[in-house]
Amino acid sequence: MSLLQSLKARDRVFDFMAPDASPVDVRHGPILYMEDVTVTFDGFKAINNLNLTIDDGELRCIIGPNGAGKTTMMDIITGKTRPTEGSVWFGSRHNLLNMNEPEIASLGIGRKFQKPTVFEALSVFENLELAMAADKRILPTLTARMTGEIKDRIDEVLQTIGLVSLRYQPAGILSHGQKQWLEIGMLLMQRPRLLLVDEPVAGMTEQEMERTAELLTGLAGKQSVVVVEHDMGFVRSIARKVTVLHQGSVLAEGSMDQVSNDPNVVEVYLGADDEEAA
Amino acid sequence: MRRFLSLALLCCLLLGFTLTAQAQTEAATSPPNDTAALALLDALDVDSYRDKGEAITAILQSDDERARDWLQALLDGRLQRADDGQFVVVLDNSGREWPVADALTNEPLGEMSRRDLNRVGINNALRNQLRSAIAVVDLYSPNLERRRTSAARLLGEVDSELVEPINELILEEDDSQVRTRLSQAVAIYHAEQGEMAGVEALTGSLHPRARVALSRAANGDDPVVADAARAALVSVEQNLKINRGIETLYFGLSLGSVLVLAAIGLAITFGVMGVINMAHGELMMLGAYTTWMMQQLLPGQPGLALVLSIPAGFLVAALVGVAIERSVIQFLKGRPLETLLATFGISLILQQLVRTGISPLNRTVITPEWMSGSLVINDALSLTINRMVVLAFALVVFAGLMLIMRRTRLGLEVRAVTQNRAMARSMGIRATRVDILTFALGSGVAGLAGVALSQLTNVGPNLGQNYIIDSFMVVVFGGVGNLWGTLVAGLSLGVINQVLEPWAGAVLAKIIVLVFIILFIQKRPRGLFPQKGRAAEG
Amino acid sequence: MMTQVLSKSPLSKPSLSRSSPSSQFWLARPFGERATQIFLGVLLAALLLVTVLHTVVPQGSPLHVNAYTVNLFGKYLSYALLAVAVDLVWGYLGILSLGHGAFFAIGGYAMGMYLMRQIGDRGTYGHPELPDFMVFLSWDSLPWYWQGFDMAWFAFAMVLLAPGLLALVFGFLAFRSRVTGVYLSIITQALTFALMLAFFRNEMSFGGNNGLTDFREILGFNLRSNDTRLGLFLATGVALALSYILCRAIVSSKLGRVCVATRDAEARTRFIGYRVERFQLFVFVVSAMIAGLAGALYVPQVGIINPSEFSPLFSIEIVLWVALGGRATLYGAVIGAILVNYAKTIFTGVMPDAWLFALGAMFVLVTIFLPKGVAGLLRKRRRAATSDNAGTQEAIV
Repeated sequence: MSLLQSLKARDRVFDFMAPDASPVDVRHGPILYMEDVTVTFDGFKAINNLNLTIDDGELRCIIGPNGAGKTTMMDIITGKTRPTEGSVWFGSRHNLLNMNEPEIASLGIGRKFQKPTVFEALSVFENLELAMAADKRILPTLTARMTGEIKDRIDEVLQTIGLVSLRYQPAGILSHGQKQWLEIGMLLMQRPRLLLVDEPVAGMTEQEMERTAELLTGLAGKQSVVVVEHDMGFVRSIARKVTVLHQGSVLAEGSMDQVSNDPNVVEVYLGADDEEAA
Repeated sequence: MRRFLSLALLCCLLLGFTLTAQAQTEAATSPPNDTAALALLDALDVDSYRDKGEAITAILQSDDERARDWLQALLDGRLQRADDGQFVVVLDNSGREWPVADALTNEPLGEMSRRDLNRVGINNALRNQLRSAIAVVDLYSPNLERRRTSAARLLGEVDSELVEPINELILEEDDSQVRTRLSQAVAIYHAEQGEMAGVEALTGSLHPRARVALSRAANGDDPVVADAARAALVSVEQNLKINRGIETLYFGLSLGSVLVLAAIGLAITFGVMGVINMAHGELMMLGAYTTWMMQQLLPGQPGLALVLSIPAGFLVAALVGVAIERSVIQFLKGRPLETLLATFGISLILQQLVRTGISPLNRTVITPEWMSGSLVINDALSLTINRMVVLAFALVVFAGLMLIMRRTRLGLEVRAVTQNRAMARSMGIRATRVDILTFALGSGVAGLAGVALSQLTNVGPNLGQNYIIDSFMVVVFGGVGNLWGTLVAGLSLGVINQVLEPWAGAVLAKIIVLVFIILFIQKRPRGLFPQKGRAAEG
Repeated sequence: MMTQVLSKSPLSKPSLSRSSPSSQFWLARPFGERATQIFLGVLLAALLLVTVLHTVVPQGSPLHVNAYTVNLFGKYLSYALLAVAVDLVWGYLGILSLGHGAFFAIGGYAMGMYLMRQIGDRGTYGHPELPDFMVFLSWDSLPWYWQGFDMAWFAFAMVLLAPGLLALVFGFLAFRSRVTGVYLSIITQALTFALMLAFFRNEMSFGGNNGLTDFREILGFNLRSNDTRLGLFLATGVALALSYILCRAIVSSKLGRVCVATRDAEARTRFIGYRVERFQLFVFVVSAMIAGLAGALYVPQVGIINPSEFSPLFSIEIVLWVALGGRATLYGAVIGAILVNYAKTIFTGVMPDAWLFALGAMFVLVTIFLPKGVAGLLRKRRRAATSDNAGTQEAIV
């Protein structure tokens, strides 16, 4: 239970969680701002006129049936997919549409994929080392040395994600849930301002889910977190504000109770909710 | 020279068609006057070329029906005199001992040593005279081919004395081609004389000799004729340019069709299945060798053998393809780089098998008669028929593949397995079977390409190697997984290559095309016609 | 789709033990690794042994190593160096270059041009400046790009810079547009093929078909003397050792781990903030330079460089050496290069027709049955031997 305790006072225990002097300017409102975004694949509109605002420090859950455009939305934010129309701003200073993936990542947007992707040939420790916020240009990377400070930081994250005993094991041998945590750990090493988490609890046991919920709710406040999830039980347990996507645009937004009573949402979505929550 | 010619022609005319008629009917019955004939030949064996020229004229003026044979033999250097003074015609001068025949009686005399024979020598001027003389004689030949050849030879060789007789001949001639040629020959004469009629008749003619005549007329004294000739020349040049353009396009499309044939099988195995088969070229080679083998089995019937090779080549290549798929590729599923290496090893083995099993040297595959020769469009443009057949064949193969992929159950299953293997499987599609069939199809098409290639290039163990890089380039350039892309890419690369060749040379043109594709792929990694959509975004 | 497929390569299966990131200076790290120590020790011992057996042991003795054999070993070592270069990009970066023969050949041509200029007026035609083949083709002056190659320092710099520059331009274009996997392999193959066609042309003034040959001396030493041959052999050995250390230092640095990360999950590496294309370009250029160095050491030992070194077959053969020796180990590449080339020497002497069969079979068998190569076998045995001390950290890769 040391984890729980430490999470309660995390900003004092974990210095890496203390707010960074970030280049992101959030004085004038939200940290992420998507306006009228449309993406077309071969005539099919995966995202249709999407408007979404995420406030600084907010924990937002995004739900929606398959094909609603959740993953595509994340692809747009992280620079993997370019929208056909619209604009995406990070803070009020950075136009994300003009940047590539590493630039966006170094601005402080971290992403966890739906399918956990860790570097399987590298050890857990090395996975975290690579993810750590540092000078990621070539020569500094070549000459980088392991210092005590870095080691401590990695150790702390190892504790947070509960993988201390597996630190020297190659990530390839981790279980599915452990890989999910390692990936979250890698996000933490990046000290992101905005975390995009795609289906964090897919394939997890009840217990693992609980721990993940703690982890995510603990992060919110200092960092903005966007969680895309299918599992309604899990969403209910962490959500403060929920956005429902349908056919590439926002169908409803509000607290979990608000959206689950929205007649539109009930019509297109909540039929499936019962099944999934069961 | 003109004088000889006209004399010869006059003499022939005097005799009229009786000569040819005689040659046919009386040759066997009337014994040749051998003393006179010997005298004619004797006159050739003198030192002075001028005297020889006169002797040739004398032969032409004689009504001896052997005249043409003598002249031809003289022209070929086969008319020789044995040490005992006998004139002989050498039948084959390739070996050490030459089989000869008596020049007078045409009776074979067995073999003679080259040392016992003395050639009746001629020089270049005489050679030209002989050719024209033979042409004139041939104009009266009953053999159509001979008349055509000789009429073509007369272009630019006509002089004032020949014009009238030729004009008469034109009226008598049945064959339109001979008539056209003869009229051209007369027109060239007129044009060179600076006569308007000749210039007008030559307007639009693409024959090089006609151009020479026109440019002479353009420099003539009469300004009106000169202007007309200049105008005619300009239009001819224009016309030639167009024809050259068409020719380049034709060669380009032909090269392109070869590329398409070579690449289309890859477009199936690589583009659709994602399998890198470096032995694809060797499957083509096997197709080409199947054709050769067929022709060995059916000697004397190259056409039939070629037609049978189409299914046989497909089958052989498809079977070898299946063997490769089962023995190697299936174990390397999802590891394209390893597949590349392993199939490259197979390509080495197949090449070496052919080298040791058949021969390291190139084999000759005969082109059947209906595919040889060329389609003459006009004097500046003739299209070789074998290339046309291959072009058509490539389009047929492409259409067939499109049909299979779009309209058959197999095509549907292939597309399903490509897009989502697990899903397709769960819907009852036997993915392994689809893999085998698809690979057999792609390999079989490589075999077809080999059958076609055997008609255009050398058939040897390296045949496949020469095409593998090109075919991969075509597939990647066109957009992987897109058959239309392969077609467009293959044809356009062929044309680009041919357009570049005249000013860059063949090798440099190829280099330029390669560099162009390399740069193009940097710009558009997914090729000309990329697959779009979510599936492709991965 | 392709990235998913690629990530299933046998290398992404975890190895059981790894060293932890070290705090040492990056170039010093390899010396602390057990595998590198062993490799350098074996290499040094081999160099010494050959030297002693060649110079000290008398000629009649069965132990004597003659000049021909020394030369042959020198050739193997330059191939080994080339294989290390290929392993660096293929093993650690996942880029299967089918065009490394081109970098090798360009380095070789740079050296060949120097050696040609060293001939001076002693050529058949006795021209003070022009090499024989240019006189033969009736050139009247040196092409501009032949200037400066009479100076050793310039030529030796070009040995590294020319292939490096080609790799830089090509890699910049390719990696920027994210051409990876088989596509990259295919266009590297097309690149070397295009270069081969180009170098076959007499107009390129690199001797066309015949290439550059009839060399006399290098840095004033007669190339035909036994001592020079031994010297070249030793120089190649030293170059191999130094390049090996450099490559080890790279792969055991954080940069090396970024490379492995790129190889196994390129998109993920981008999302954690690395400009993958720059890392790929950096390693690709380093690798091309090492390949160029290998070519430069190869040419004076075999006495000729011609366009056949550009042939796609040669480039793909290098990949086989690495595959046979074992990817992503570096020392495996050295083992593979020496094994395959030794086999080639034996085969082509005894039954030349069988060599291509053997080579082809090796491609198939290695990829199917020996995906980790000889090094993988060695490691398996080693692991079996040390399985008692499970849990302790091993210093090998």
